[in-house]
Amino acid sequence: MSTGIILCGVGGQGTVLASKLISASAMESGIPVMSAETIGMAQRGGSVTSHIRIGEGVYSPMVPLGGADTIIGFEPGEAVRMLPYLKEDGAAVVSSRVVIPVTEALVRSGYSSEVMIGHLREHVGRLTVVDTDAAVREIGTAKVLNIILLGASIAAGALPVTADMLMEMIERRVPKKYAELNRRALEYGLDCAHK
Amino acid sequence: MHREFLMGNEAIALGAIASGVDLVCGYPGTPSTEVLETAAKYRPEGTYVEWSVNEKTAMEVAAGAAYAGARVLVTMKQMGLNVASDPLMCVEYIGVKGGMVVLVADDPGPISSQTEQDTRTYAGFSKVPCYDPSTVQEAYEMVQEAFLLSERYGTPVFLRSTTRVSHCYASVDVKDAGEYLEHAAEGFVKDSGRWVIFPRLANANHKKIVERNSALSDVFSDDPINKVYPEENGSRKGVATGGVSFGYAMEARERLGRMRLFKVSTPYPFPEKKAVEFLRGLDEVLCVEELDPVIEQALVYVCGKFGLNVRIRGKLTGDVRTAGENTVDSVLEDISAFMGEPVSRKAVSGQPELPVRPPVLCAGCPHRASFYAVKTAMKGKKAVFCGDIGCYTLGNAMPLDMVDTCLCMGAGLGIAQGINRIEPDTSCFAFVGDSTFFASAIPGVVNAVYNKADMTLIVLDNSTTAMTGHQPHPGTGITMMGGSGTAVSIESVLRGIGLGFVETVDPFELDAAVGAVRCASALPGVKAIVFRSPCIAVSKGRGPASVSPEKCVGCSRCIKELGCPAISMPDGKAVIDTAQCTGCGLCSRVCPAGAIGGEE
Repeated sequence: MSTGIILCGVGGQGTVLASKLISASAMESGIPVMSAETIGMAQRGGSVTSHIRIGEGVYSPMVPLGGADTIIGFEPGEAVRMLPYLKEDGAAVVSSRVVIPVTEALVRSGYSSEVMIGHLREHVGRLTVVDTDAAVREIGTAKVLNIILLGASIAAGALPVTADMLMEMIERRVPKKYAELNRRALEYGLDCAHK
Repeated sequence: MHREFLMGNEAIALGAIASGVDLVCGYPGTPSTEVLETAAKYRPEGTYVEWSVNEKTAMEVAAGAAYAGARVLVTMKQMGLNVASDPLMCVEYIGVKGGMVVLVADDPGPISSQTEQDTRTYAGFSKVPCYDPSTVQEAYEMVQEAFLLSERYGTPVFLRSTTRVSHCYASVDVKDAGEYLEHAAEGFVKDSGRWVIFPRLANANHKKIVERNSALSDVFSDDPINKVYPEENGSRKGVATGGVSFGYAMEARERLGRMRLFKVSTPYPFPEKKAVEFLRGLDEVLCVEELDPVIEQALVYVCGKFGLNVRIRGKLTGDVRTAGENTVDSVLEDISAFMGEPVSRKAVSGQPELPVRPPVLCAGCPHRASFYAVKTAMKGKKAVFCGDIGCYTLGNAMPLDMVDTCLCMGAGLGIAQGINRIEPDTSCFAFVGDSTFFASAIPGVVNAVYNKADMTLIVLDNSTTAMTGHQPHPGTGITMMGGSGTAVSIESVLRGIGLGFVETVDPFELDAAVGAVRCASALPGVKAIVFRSPCIAVSKGRGPASVSPEKCVGCSRCIKELGCPAISMPDGKAVIDTAQCTGCGLCSRVCPAGAIGGEE
């Protein structure tokens, strides 16, 4: 049996680090992992997706359509874009804040968080929406959004890793001076379900 | 042995190190870049690693080292193999003494490339044996096999990867340092009958290569990396596959019933005897592969050669699509249609319209300022802007719209000259990045000077190879061996070629930048402007700008002129995203109301 996880967002939001933290945590627990990242041109503000598959009997890192147990959306529109990958009983943990593309700033189509979150509420039974503006107000920066979302995903029972293991992996990979900020972000995310 | 979580490209580098590699060289290119970076990071004492100026030079450095008995790994993306094809085609005829593995990462899709060319086809063309791993673990093991094969048969060997192997991360069983092979290069032994290519030697070696590859087909047929998975469903239909598509096909096989499956790990020379074993008793075969129908054509050939009556289906028969990346879902669909068991899928209904997100120049990118300066200077004049390969290709996007052509590395120079020959009244500009300038633009400049062309060269010098992840290049003087090398001056090169007008300007000094362009374009002959300002990823920003809501008149000129991703206008007033803004100040220069200032 394997678990499929998709992280999606916009280039520069920290999906790759989040994906590595999940994978490293699972591996540290002795479970085989495969993952695939978007690297290259799309990282410049394009849609980015990480696929992670955890467990035995996996031949490739790519999650099939309808094969994701969890979608972690760093941007609500990107979560909607990846929704066909979610299993019927799958969970989605999504940031409420939209990233307006330059094209939208030029030609307005009325892209909004409300419409995206509304669509997600309609189609996802197990949905956690993280109020990113509130989170940034409390934490002080949007740069740890990835860690907040991972915390919220653990709280939602949507990740096969523990918060302690994840924190250990963060400490191994992130410069020491940012460890405390990341710890606060993780704890904020873990409490998200109750906010 | 121990287990590590590695990217495919990291595993390839570690596999080369485990093989006792003496020299690693290459040129950056997605999805190949991390191989060399990893080799540099874990470089054992005595191993030499360099970013070469381009792939052709890398291939030649690698060949020279392999002549001297060294084990060498040379890395590039598929487009880079075109640049390196001249030495590659010849070195196959000459052969090598030390093991020489040519890592080429292909880009099905394509995701970050101009073409969907297939290095397996190049293998057949150049007669260079080729391994095609389907997983990170296989990539780790095959690079080691490739070194052994190369040394045993005295030929360069391809390790061909694709994006989903190179950029896949997986738990991989890797050797401990104590298990690494040790290797000492014998040194170059003079033998002009061996190392100097002449027509007679080429003719003699051609014959030997054909005989060797015929023998290698048998060697590969006996190698368990080419494998026939027997059928458990009693069907006379089989699937042939290789590379990353193997994984997708195996997942489809688990779902649809286990049909006979042929995994081809060495597409060239093709393991013919193993293929016959696979084909016997089958009526039909579906070939599942990305890019060219290499396996498909080989199987058609094997059927003809061995008189087998099996129908081979795939891209050539219109059964699967001919272009683009395979996915786990496309392969499931293709195989299920072939097996006559269509799969149904539930679609999500009522999906709202989603924004398109084309890649854009980062907030604060100096290329935006450079393009804007040229655009401003040439407003209303007849001009063509020839772009090139790098981050600055993104200057094509609206609203900058400053890339009229883009072909391949360094091509903008020749294209600008060609257009100007036919349209002499058009001001022709070629834009080239600093790394690209050294890699492939210099002959174009020489050609322009020699032939008295009329054009303006714009060198966008951001002090790094940005698009592929910030590698150093000759202009930076930084090498992969840690110490600093010699920085090559772009201006000195241009002046040395004979350009009279070479100006260096910071593009964020907008007035000076526009003035330099006006001045250059008014002069006859070949002129150059070097726009020098570091990439935001390798320099510290000045702190974000802010908009005074009282002063902002909501004209949206900042957005419509610059297309900076940090600026949006949610409620009729411009807002700057402080997380993205580097404080480059360009928007404050275009704001007619003086509403944009420095840090809050």
